[in-house]
Formats: sequence, C-alpha cells, structure tokens
Amino acid sequence: MEVKTASFEKVEKKAMTVSGAEAVIKCLLEEGVETIYGYPGGAIMPVYDELFKYQDKIHHVLTRHEQGATHAAQGYARVSGKVGVAVATSGPGATNLVTGIADAMIDSTPMVCITGQVGSNLLGSDAFQETDIVGISTPITKWNYQITKAEEIPEIIAKAFYIARSGRPGPVLVDITKDAQFASLDFTYKKCSGIRSYKPYPEVNLLEVERAAGVINNAKKPLIVFGQGVILGGAEDLLKKVVEKAGIPSAWTILGLSALPTDHPLNVGMVGMHGNYAPNLLTNECDVLIAIGMRFDDRVTGNLEHYAKQAKIIHFEIDPAEVNKNVHTDYPVLGNVKETLNSLLDLLKENQHTEWHDRFKELYKEEYKKVVSLNLDVSKPDIHMAEVIQQINEFSKGDAVIVSDVGQHQMKACRYGKFNQTRSNVTSGGLGTMGFALPAAMGAKMAVPEREVVAVIGDGGYQMTIQELGTIFQTKIPVKIVVLNNGFLGMVRQWQQLFFDKRYASTEMINPDFVTIAKGYHLKTNKVTERSELKAAVKEMMESKEAYFLEVKVEQEENVFPMIPTGAAVSDILLE
Amino acid sequence: MEKKNYTVSIYTENNLGLLSRIAAIFLRRHINIESITASPSEVNDVMRFIIVVNVTEDQIKKIVGQIEKQIEVIRAFYHTQEETIFQETALYKIKSQSFLDDHSIQDFIKETNARIVTVTTEFFVIEKTGKRKEVDELYDTLKPYGLMQFVRSGTIAVTKNEMPISGILEKFNTTNSIS
Ligand SMILES: Cc1ncc(C[n+]2csc(CCOP(=O)(O)OP(=O)(O)O)c2C)c(N)n1
Repeated sequence: MEVKTASFEKVEKKAMTVSGAEAVIKCLLEEGVETIYGYPGGAIMPVYDELFKYQDKIHHVLTRHEQGATHAAQGYARVSGKVGVAVATSGPGATNLVTGIADAMIDSTPMVCITGQVGSNLLGSDAFQETDIVGISTPITKWNYQITKAEEIPEIIAKAFYIARSGRPGPVLVDITKDAQFASLDFTYKKCSGIRSYKPYPEVNLLEVERAAGVINNAKKPLIVFGQGVILGGAEDLLKKVVEKAGIPSAWTILGLSALPTDHPLNVGMVGMHGNYAPNLLTNECDVLIAIGMRFDDRVTGNLEHYAKQAKIIHFEIDPAEVNKNVHTDYPVLGNVKETLNSLLDLLKENQHTEWHDRFKELYKEEYKKVVSLNLDVSKPDIHMAEVIQQINEFSKGDAVIVSDVGQHQMKACRYGKFNQTRSNVTSGGLGTMGFALPAAMGAKMAVPEREVVAVIGDGGYQMTIQELGTIFQTKIPVKIVVLNNGFLGMVRQWQQLFFDKRYASTEMINPDFVTIAKGYHLKTNKVTERSELKAAVKEMMESKEAYFLEVKVEQEENVFPMIPTGAAVSDILLE
Repeated sequence: MEKKNYTVSIYTENNLGLLSRIAAIFLRRHINIESITASPSEVNDVMRFIIVVNVTEDQIKKIVGQIEKQIEVIRAFYHTQEETIFQETALYKIKSQSFLDDHSIQDFIKETNARIVTVTTEFFVIEKTGKRKEVDELYDTLKPYGLMQFVRSGTIAVTKNEMPISGILEKFNTTNSIS
C-alpha cells in the first residue's frame, strides 16, 4: 500500500504520467480492443481499478472462472479474426488460464493474456499467490514476458499484440508485477510493426509455386485438404477460385470447416478419424495431395506409415517447422496462403477431373446408406444428434456460427452443420478441450452480435464450465445453448464399447435437472424428449431474442461413424 | 536413422527466459542435452547457445525448426562433429603430494599440452583444453593419483566452413531493435 500512495503523488506532480495499470488500459485502447474477459484478484487490482474508470470505453466481461475468460476470448478471436484478451490475477487466477492458453496455442488462436503478479521484491519468495506463470506457460505460448517496470508496459504490450496476431497466430502472456502496475511512467504508444529476430512468415518463393502448379496441372487424381490456415490467412475466396479453376475435390480438417461453403459441389467433406468416407479412403488413392494451411495432425493422418504413400505431397504452409514434421513433403510452398494461392491461381490450368470426382460421389452414396441415413432415421424412437443439427441448419439457413464442445456431438455438429460463411465453425480441434463451447460461444456472439450463435454441447462438457451461465445471464449475451444429453461421456463410451469390451468405466452420467439450473440463471429454457417436439423447440430457440437453453434427450448409445481406429490407415476407415 | 552427436548453434536476442524456452524444446521430446554453453556472440547484444545432443538427423532438423520458431531466436544451425572444430576445457585438482611422489605426472602434463594453473602446498590445479576424448584420457591418467576434484566445461565450437550467419548478424546489428 505504501507504493500506492507514493506513485499516486508522482502522478499528480507530473500531468503527463500515468500509472502502469492505466498504461495497460491505454495500450488495449490503442490496439482497438473493445471487449476483454477476466476475473479480478489482489495482484491485478490496480488494472481493475483503472477498468472502472474506463468502463465506457472497454467492456470487461466478468466470467465465472478464468478458464471461461480464455475460452470466451478464443471464441471472440476465432469469429472476429481480432486478438482476444483475457485478464487474471496471479497464482490461481493465472493457472486457471492454462487450459485455454494451451488450446489457443495448438489451434493458432490470437490471444493476449494479462496476468497480475506479486510485487517484484517478492518474486521467487513463494509469496502469497505467487506462481511462476511465465515458466508454466512457456511451452504453451507463442511468446511470454514478465514486466517488472512500469516503463516496459507500452513496448511489451505492443509487442504482445503484434506477436499474437502476426504470421501463424497464437497466445501471448504478459505477466505484470503489482509494483509495475502502481508505478508511473510517461506514456507514449507506438504499435509494433516488426521485431528484428522474428519473421512472421517466409517470403514466397515463386519457383516453389511454379513447381507446385506444374504438379497440380499434371495430376490425374488430385485431392485438396485445407485447414484453418486458409481462414487465418484470409484466403477463403482464393481457395474457392483455385478449387473451381482446377476442379479439385476438396476436403477439410475440422478447423478448416467453413472456409469453403458446405454445399459447394467440390466440397467432399471432412478428413480424419471421424471424417467422411470418400476423402479418407481416397487419400490413399490420389496421385497428388495438396495440403493447404493444415498440419497433418495425427487425428487427420491416422497411421503415418500408411498415409498417402502413393501421392506426391504439396504443402502450402506458413510455418516452416510444420513442413516435413509429420509427413514427408515433396513440394513445400512456404508463405502466407493469401500470397501463395494468389500466385498459384494464375498458373493453374482449368480442369474438371469429372471421373475422379465421381468416385467421391459414389463413395458418399455408400456412406449415406450406411451412416447418414441411419443418423437421420426418424423411424427409431430416440432422437439422433444429427437430427438436432439439421434442425438448427433449417432455421439458420447455414448462416449461424456453430460452436461445438468436444465429444460425439462435436463430430456430429461438424459433419452435419451447414455453413455458408467463413469463420462460422468454432471448436476446440487440437486440444479437444471439454468445457470450451459455452464460454467460447459467449465470446463468439459478442464478436458478431448480428449473427446467430449456437453452442452445441454434450452433457459432460457442459458441466465443466456450466458456471458461465452466470456470465450469460449477467451480460445478457443472447447465445443459444443446446445440450445434447445422452447421459454418457459419449465419445469415451463409444471407445469402451468398441475397444474395451463394453466396460463402461466411469462414463455414465447421472445428471442434474439442467432446465432447473438454467432457470436458476433466469434463462429461457426448453427440454425436448420426443421427436415430435424438436422442430418447434429449435424454432422457438432460434427465434428468441434472448439467451436460450435447450436440452435435447438424445439416443444414449449412438456411435459416431465413419471411424478410423487408432493406429489404422486412413483407408481402413470403418462405416459401421 | 543413425544417432550422432550434433552441435546446435543458436543466435538469439539477449532475453531472460529464452534458455528455458529452448531447453523445453529438448525436454518435450525426451532428448538429453549432452552439453550446453551460453555466452555473448561476436555481435553486440546477440547471445549464442551451443548445445550438443545425440539424435538422428531427422530429429535435429525438426528441433532446429522449432528453435527457429521462437520469437527471439535469430537463427539456429546444426552441424555434425566433422563439420566443426570443438573444444572443451577441464580442470583437475590433484594432491600436491602425489605430484611430488611421482614425477611421471609432470611428463603427462607436458605430453598432453595441459598446464598447471595453481600450485599450493596441498594441491595442484591442472587445466586441459581439447577434444572430449583428450580430456577423458587425461582424466584416466590422473585418476590413480587421487583426483580431489574434476570439472569440465560444455563444448564450444566453431564451424570449419563459413557460417551464413555472419551476413545476417551484420545486417541484424544495423537494423533497429523492436520498432
Ligand atoms: C477436459 C477434458 N477432459 C476429458 C476429455 C476426454 N473426453 C473426450 S470426449 C469425452 C466425452 C464427452 O462427453 P459429453 O460432453 O457428454 O459429449 P458426448 O461425447 O456425449 O457428445 C471425454 C471425457 C476431454 N476431451 N477434455
């Protein structure tokens, strides 16, 4: 407290100076930040005190848990393309951010986390609520830094935003000691436009693009697999033009979803463990595999020994460390996809590949018969997850943002969700974080208030961040929440059924009355147990101007197919 | 693929915390660091880490890629032992008595190009700079005489060929820092 009076005196003497805490807010304003998510506590109190002063300029959303703050910031970032901001206190506040930071890291989401830290004189002394958050977050941040002097604040925060959003985006953490928040500085702000040791992305090598174009032009059976890089690079239109000009069947990774409209005739579905039949099977048949802004995650490739061995591999990638990391690339094309695809487009020959494309259609027919028709079968008594997603499509007309949690419902939401616009599918892909969707949907809705945002969540994951209903209630964010209740940790139960002799160890869930809980948070609610009620309930939810909670009792032991068992080749994909 | 000793040279900004970032890259992949040194480089404000690890070429390529990704890393390179000139320094502390008792020790020192750094009534300190093998050999020779203490440095190395870093660092030094 002594420090406080001392620094406040200084502020009065020198009109141009501000406290470190105020500098933090000014930096955020300079970066165009309007909304931040966080939770206060002792070590970050000076910043919160300033937030009070600036509340008409910066909207601070008090989540009910710091994890919720990170996921909300992520949802906001993923939909808006801007940097999401989360704020927490030291110690437990900071450690509660860890899951969201790790999630943002693996899914390349731009985020700046600001944490308070004990006074610099106490660092390393195991002081109250001291945690080495810089040490803890080192492997899960793109960059992090501990500020111990107020003067460092503008430069470091400018750097943090620049690093978070440039090149391959990612989370950055800035830890600020309490004395640095109290101390004063002469505030001037200069946005960071470059760091001498950091090159956000490699320069395009036209030779690489030409070589790739040559290989694509000569391909008989080319297959494109696109990932989130297309979205992060703002190259959706270019992708579409490339796909159309060269007539190449195109499949997406879970994070690439929505970069190309779902209904596009050359969109052949999802690759990976629970992806579509045709693109997985034909990965091992194509002669050229064109990977665009994706990183050959093991969930995508299955067994690497048997992944696209027959194909020449072209990899359009921003991050040089990703090339050859998992899959040997014959033709790397480094650079921002917006630039590389742009150069590629001119060099491509127009093509159709009709016969090759027909193979996808044939295999889809088979998948339809064995999987899709069953997933939508209305003759069975129980409601299927896919039916619910279809109803949402019906009323959203493909224009909603769908935020899914992790589990069976996630696969169904991604496989059956319909998207006309980019940045509309928000899900935790790389980390698979249960509890992601509720707070992420909240953030997403704040980023695009004019659009419908629907969270699709399992009964398990819902209960991991269910407390964020409090935030939704308090802030009146009109997000739509659909809980697909199967009374199980469904995805794990499916594995137990298929690979552990149906021993359902700790996957059954005895659930509370979700509707009563949502009512307790003063939300509009509904619960559907019969198919006959589903349509009307979804309609009511979609038309609601307020936040809305809908519970749907779905079939208990439904499985997600197709499926590539762990360790199997992508072409060993099972339909049943 | 065959495992070999590789020397990784990393040129970085002089920043707190970078060592743990770099170490974490090895740790995460369960790769034991054989030796590590960190010191200022020939360029002002630029640090150089030299890390020796025993891995396959495929592994070392990926690791160097991950290291280069770090914001404050300027460049990272890897070299085989054959491509570098590398040295270690070791200090051997021996009882003065053994020295006086057996004159052959003095011959070893001469033969191996070691040198005596300090002499007291109780002990001698001998210093030897050379390849790891040479340092080891002298260790084996001196051991029977009662080594009181022994310490060796990490490897330091320079490449036999010109490093492409020179030009980069030169430019680097003249461009402004964080803008
Ligand atoms: C935080 C976290 N813990 C555990 C898991 C492992 N896990 C993956 S899916 C799943 C089941 C999800 O169940 P639920 O939320 O009910 O969704 P469902 O699969 O039934 O649709 C679990 C436990 C995880 N992904 N994240």
